[in-house]
Amino acid sequence: MGEGAMIKQQIVGKPKAVQLDFLPFKFCPGCHESLVWRALGEVIDELDIEGKAIACLDIGCSGILMVGLTVDGIHCLHGRSTAVAAGVKRVLPQAICFNIGGDGSLGAIGVGHVINVMMRSDPITTIFLNNSGYGMTGGQVAPTSLLGLRTTTTPEGRDVQSAGFPLHLSEIAATMTGTAYASRVSVHTPANYQKARKAIKTAFQKQMDGVGYSIVEILCACPPNWGLSPLAANSFVEEKLIGEFPLGEFKNVDKIEHTFDPELKRVGRVKRG
Amino acid sequence: MAKGEIVIDEMLCQSCGFCVEFCNQECITIPENRLGPKGFPVAVFSVPDKCSACGICGWMCPDFAIQVFKYVKSEANINQGG
Repeated sequence: MGEGAMIKQQIVGKPKAVQLDFLPFKFCPGCHESLVWRALGEVIDELDIEGKAIACLDIGCSGILMVGLTVDGIHCLHGRSTAVAAGVKRVLPQAICFNIGGDGSLGAIGVGHVINVMMRSDPITTIFLNNSGYGMTGGQVAPTSLLGLRTTTTPEGRDVQSAGFPLHLSEIAATMTGTAYASRVSVHTPANYQKARKAIKTAFQKQMDGVGYSIVEILCACPPNWGLSPLAANSFVEEKLIGEFPLGEFKNVDKIEHTFDPELKRVGRVKRG
Repeated sequence: MAKGEIVIDEMLCQSCGFCVEFCNQECITIPENRLGPKGFPVAVFSVPDKCSACGICGWMCPDFAIQVFKYVKSEANINQGG
């Protein structure tokens, strides 16, 4: 046994839950959603939930993952993936339900469903991709767009009077009682990628333990719509996007505490007894 | 002495440059005078001797184009498996 006894062991490669056969062209060069895709695949492999996971995918670039993951999936109406995931979870409580959507779907048209799911504390997981604009439809202004950002619908830059202030969905989620886990991560450096993978894994774990609703907001770069090269878009996330949307874990509880006040049963107009 | 090696799938590489940016040992380059089968300039494992098999290029590749292999002794591998 000498030098020839060295063998090659694969340490990084394509996760088992990721399939590439149906996608001849995937995401744009430098798109961070591919990294989220890899992280999701690795988490599904680690937790071994490929057979019982159900993905509810929204309209937009996030819907491409319909054929990119080996798990079962539903392609939902625009913004309704949270509601569909909650419904699937009620019908199949043993399934691991998660939904993926961008800021155009979960932040704009579907924000009401997200708030309702937080209120009902449905044990599902939301992966919210925040790329500061509408990606697939051509770079329109989104609720999460940065102030002053030039988009196709705000050519002079986003101003407060017409488009308001950016939406911080993770902070909203952290204030709701029904939320078990809310965090904001990014994938623009290797260290942040590992943190993002850990956050997704924790969110799935909260669902498997039946604690409550979990949401992971991931800051993603969109190089074509920002008009930047992949590496410049990476620096944009570091310099500008994290300044507006600070990273961190906003809520992480193992049990949602709630109490009923018995005196409240005696008030109200309905007469009892 | 290299501790491992990487394999780049030219059919998947879209030339984003993340592997070049994040490789600590500067093992990967993107030559501009060569195009891959899809029309993108493709990343090349140009300095194999310095590879430390950290796996960062593999994690950060958005296109699943990089596989990272680590050299391990076969006895150690048997012990791990058993």
